[in-house]
Amino acid sequence: MSSKLKYDVIVVGAGPAGLAAAIVLAKAGVRVVVIERGRFPGSKNVMGGVFYSDCMKGIVDEFPGDAPVERHVIDQRICILDQDSSVGFNHKNEIFNKKPYNCHTVFRAKFDRWLAGEAEKAGALIINSTVVKEALVENGNVIGVKTGRPHGDVFANCVIASDGVNSLFAKSLGLRKKIEPAAVAIAVKEVIGLDEQVINDRFNVKSDEGVTIEMTGSFFNGEAMAFLYTNKKSVSLGVGMVLKDVLKNKINPNDLIERLKKHPSVAPFIEGGQTKEFLAHLIPEGGYRAMPKLVGNGVMIAGDAAMMVDAIHREGSNLAITSGKLAAETYLEVAQQGDFSEKTLLLYVKKLQDSFVLKDLKKYKRVPALLQTNKHLLLQYPKLLNQAAFEMLNVDGIPKKDKEKLIWKNVKQEIGIRNLVIDLFKLWRNMG
Amino acid sequence: MEEYGMRLEDKLYLDGFKTDETGGSHLVIKDTSVCELCVLKQCLFVCACSVYEQNENSGRIEVNYAACVECGTCRIACDNIDWRYPRGGFGIAYKFG
Ligand SMILES: Cc1cc2nc3c(=O)[nH]c(=O)nc-3n(C[C@H](O)[C@H](O)[C@H](O)COP(=O)(O)OP(=O)(O)OC[C@H]3O[C@@H](n4cnc5c(N)ncnc54)[C@H](O)[C@@H]3O)c2cc1C
Ligand code: SF4
Ligand code: SF4
Repeated sequence: MSSKLKYDVIVVGAGPAGLAAAIVLAKAGVRVVVIERGRFPGSKNVMGGVFYSDCMKGIVDEFPGDAPVERHVIDQRICILDQDSSVGFNHKNEIFNKKPYNCHTVFRAKFDRWLAGEAEKAGALIINSTVVKEALVENGNVIGVKTGRPHGDVFANCVIASDGVNSLFAKSLGLRKKIEPAAVAIAVKEVIGLDEQVINDRFNVKSDEGVTIEMTGSFFNGEAMAFLYTNKKSVSLGVGMVLKDVLKNKINPNDLIERLKKHPSVAPFIEGGQTKEFLAHLIPEGGYRAMPKLVGNGVMIAGDAAMMVDAIHREGSNLAITSGKLAAETYLEVAQQGDFSEKTLLLYVKKLQDSFVLKDLKKYKRVPALLQTNKHLLLQYPKLLNQAAFEMLNVDGIPKKDKEKLIWKNVKQEIGIRNLVIDLFKLWRNMG
Repeated sequence: MEEYGMRLEDKLYLDGFKTDETGGSHLVIKDTSVCELCVLKQCLFVCACSVYEQNENSGRIEVNYAACVECGTCRIACDNIDWRYPRGGFGIAYKFG
């Protein structure tokens, strides 16, 4: 790279946020360069991963088209795990079997690479194997980036920071504070190879049809979410725990997944499978209140770098795509005036506020704190739920009426009726 | 660490790493005397890849950066770690992701 490289826009990071921005910009004829530290886009990226189709409107003509997707999801299950038991709920719907499919399971190393190809087709330049070190700032304006390459300064009118959860770029600009252990979850995942037919049989689906299972509960002894998703010839099993609880429990994330693999509600699904890859990645779960400043002079922040994850609904990549798209649209609108000051770029924040991105994040803004300060919601209730289900389903000669009494006795002992009402009210206020 | 089904070494063996031999470690402990006084020693358990290990004889924390998948957990868990990205193109490269 020469020291005089100048583009209209520099995008830091080729994840969904950055690539969506690059595609929208390149399609509009803007000279855009995406700088990615991995050997290829996706090589550093991890997700569960359920990818929602809707956000791809305006990015590609047809989705999935030739995109590398695994199975479209028709059956979504939720499981509350206690030590050796579980209570579940599922939703299977033929609508999910009709095009356009609501969501698919994907592998990010394949998906991001494909999306980068789409960006290149649109005219964007992707530079791999290059770390962006920091912003180049002049008179308080971001005028480009310094890369890890010799003579690697690159200049632009505007920088879109989509460098993911660790976002050292936003930090170098002072746009965000130190990330607290309560605001991130460390997730580990294994891709476990299984025969396609075995997956179909075990999950009760046909080829191409997929199942997702989300798991939480007292089994994890902390604020944790686990998932088991079907791919074509493998399943993705993962578990994430808020770092604050990892520190408190002194638990190793790898031990957490090994334990999960042995749970009687998980083990039969993965039996005989062969682990093909082991992955670890952070999830920004701090929500609305942990978000950084979204714009500065000459810079906008999108995706995980801006903490845009709706942890309750396992949505992140669609928020990333949408925010990248909105950042690009903002650039297109203000480019005429040639003014990329923070004040002008506030249009991006406005667009986010009008979209589901900030609406959803705002709606659940109290949830992270609620769960951190009300640990019993995650520990006692799942236990009671499992106990209650057991009592009602186990036939042992005790009349159901007495069983009900027993369940209530448990609830009173463990939580207390007054607290039960308070908790329900809290949940309704914060999540309803 | 607890002993479970599959060994961590065998899991990490499945992953594609390109270790930066010339550039050296992207993870550096800033001040080893802080480690000596550190009670929790969280680096030893928060890392999914067990990159940090305490030397039995010297008591020092050793950093096996070649096994790091760059998640960033240790960076948030401990301020005494100078955490950078590996040089461009080095480090983990997932096949699936
Ligand atoms: C275990 C797990 C499960 C998840 N499950 C789901 C799910 O099922 N559904 C869902 O929608 N979301 C899920 N998410 C969240 C989702 O993965 C993220 O929200 C999404 O990837 C965010 O996209 P992004 O483009 O903002 O960031 P990223 O995908 O992290 O992309 C950032 C990119 O920037 C690059 N980069 C970083 N720093 C630099 C630098 N300095 N220089 C150059 N390049 C740099 C990185 O290499 C990377 O390619 C999950 C996340 C995890 C960890
Ligand atoms: S690296 Fe950090 S956590 Fe580990 S011993 Fe040193 S100070 Fe403690
Ligand atoms: S970045 Fe993640 S994998 Fe690397 S040493 Fe830190 S905790 Fe371990």
